[in-house]
Amino acid sequence: MDYGFTEEQKMIQELARKIAIEKELPIRAERDETGEFPWEVVKSLAEANLTGIGIEEKYGGIGGGTLEYCITTEELSTVCGGIALAFAATGLGTMPIILFGTDEQKQKYLPDIAAGKKLAAFGLTEANAGSDAGGMQTTAKKDGDYFILNGTKQWITNGGEAGTYSVIAITDRKKGARGASAFILEKDMPGFTFGKKENKMGIRASATRELVFQDCKVHKSQMLGKEGMGFIVAMKTLDRTRPGIAAQAVGIAQGALNEALKYSRQREQFGAKISTFQAVQHMISDMATQVEAARCLVYATARAIDSGSTETSKMSAMCKLFASDTAMKVTTDAVQVFGGYGYMKEYPVEKMMRDAKITQIYEGTNQIQRNVIALELIKEMAAKK
Amino acid sequence: MNIVVCIKQVPGTTQVKINPETNTLIREGVESIVNPFDENAIEAALQLRDKHGGKVTVITMGPPQAVNALKDTIALGVDEAILVSDRAFAGSDTWATSYTLASTIKKIGAFDLIICGKQAIDGDTAQVGPGVSEFLKIPQVTFAVGVEINNGVMKVNRLLEDTNEIVEVKLPALITVVKQMNTPRMPSFKGKIKAKSAVIPQWGAKDINAEDNCIGQKGSPTSVVKIFTPPPKGGGEILHGSVDEMVDALVKKLRDRKVC
Repeated sequence: MDYGFTEEQKMIQELARKIAIEKELPIRAERDETGEFPWEVVKSLAEANLTGIGIEEKYGGIGGGTLEYCITTEELSTVCGGIALAFAATGLGTMPIILFGTDEQKQKYLPDIAAGKKLAAFGLTEANAGSDAGGMQTTAKKDGDYFILNGTKQWITNGGEAGTYSVIAITDRKKGARGASAFILEKDMPGFTFGKKENKMGIRASATRELVFQDCKVHKSQMLGKEGMGFIVAMKTLDRTRPGIAAQAVGIAQGALNEALKYSRQREQFGAKISTFQAVQHMISDMATQVEAARCLVYATARAIDSGSTETSKMSAMCKLFASDTAMKVTTDAVQVFGGYGYMKEYPVEKMMRDAKITQIYEGTNQIQRNVIALELIKEMAAKK
Repeated sequence: MNIVVCIKQVPGTTQVKINPETNTLIREGVESIVNPFDENAIEAALQLRDKHGGKVTVITMGPPQAVNALKDTIALGVDEAILVSDRAFAGSDTWATSYTLASTIKKIGAFDLIICGKQAIDGDTAQVGPGVSEFLKIPQVTFAVGVEINNGVMKVNRLLEDTNEIVEVKLPALITVVKQMNTPRMPSFKGKIKAKSAVIPQWGAKDINAEDNCIGQKGSPTSVVKIFTPPPKGGGEILHGSVDEMVDALVKKLRDRKVC
């Protein structure tokens, strides 16, 4: 289906697809086993300038928006949703700097990210602060021109691999929602270490680690936005990047659909290709329709964000919710089309099913997305009176 | 440092078709790709330029649609590209092709290094690179897997069948490269934008001062008489029994065939 992409958007899509097929496909099964970080794919993304998507040209990027970020994430995820995260999570970690960074902060951090010399990561989640980000324990105590960070962030994608970290910490607990602040941290700062790499169900080629702060001294010039804006930084960032997770989900689902369709045209039972059986045809039709619907919602939301719409929380939540539920359903059905073979690691669909699950959980569980959608709907109705 | 890279558009690897009447490649309706070894040649040139400075010019002799292959090289970071295209070049063998490319390079002017892929995957002759160096009267080093340049002297690591050979050669020179030399880089978005508006000059026989009787079919001393797929070799025979029995059976078979 032609989504009316510009020539530049088509170029980005072509480049991402080329990297997915030439660089991801040969290593995806092995990395799913070993979990070794896909630095060679990062190198290719850098060569193609795709690490600079979303970063202004004056900071070394190519000045794309949310749609370009989604197109790239989707293409990379079609082959491997895990490897794609090295790219997508860097987008998440960079977004607070893009949205709230001063010119000086942008000059300092964005060129290296755009050039692919450094990856980025976003540190919000903690052991006791998942959906309830207010339960955060990590503190940043003011000490002259510095803030002293103490605490542990959990399940941070690109943790240990990224060079630049956007981290939210409590600066004044008494102020509640206005009591958190956002900081830019660099790998190798004294007092900043990493926990062990997590052993995950899916997206195993991505690195997930704890960020551990023990009297980590951060200069006040590293603060993003003003003191007390930490939760605003986090929420605005997530509103912008949720379509990226949705795009990852669409990619994973499309990859599973491609595999199922291909297999159905090879596999014979009862003397015929299983693609000639209506039972299989209807499954594939439903899968394809759901993937396309999810894709439409992702692109529409990305375009709304790029056109400057500020009220995108609801759409952003809807596309993440719908695309990730679609990914789970479509990958499960792909395994079903494959039958017993689909359950085996010789074929890629069981991995896709494992990869899909996380999209319903991270960057806000789908239950939280439903809360966001409902609250926005109620607010909209109330505002009409 | 001025580097010229010669590339060729070839049919996608799995779809080589031959016109049985003319014994030439059927190009119509077949997807064209840049000869894979030539991609390594371009990468080698770009790496040398990035290290030593200078300019990389890519040339190809081919039909007008070969301009797309040249645009793709601009997206990789090549500085200039020239299409050498003329109806008069049609039917060139490796001699005439070498002559034509060498004439083009003479027209370009000063160069330090010429890089070609070790061979094209359609014709597989591996003759054009060496041929170009002969016409230009410069040294050639084939099957390069590594190069190092210091003060106008190039040290080349040649990948031979069961050994490596290191040779030194003075520039200007021509090398042909093998795929183990490097991993070709990805095209870049900025390069693609540049390629979109790039104007690729097209040079014909007159532009490169080529002599009529040296180009095209007329200038080709060789012609392909026949192309065929050899019949598959029969399967071997495995002898059974004790060692003595097997040796006796083997010797008998060899004697029957008058091998010994």
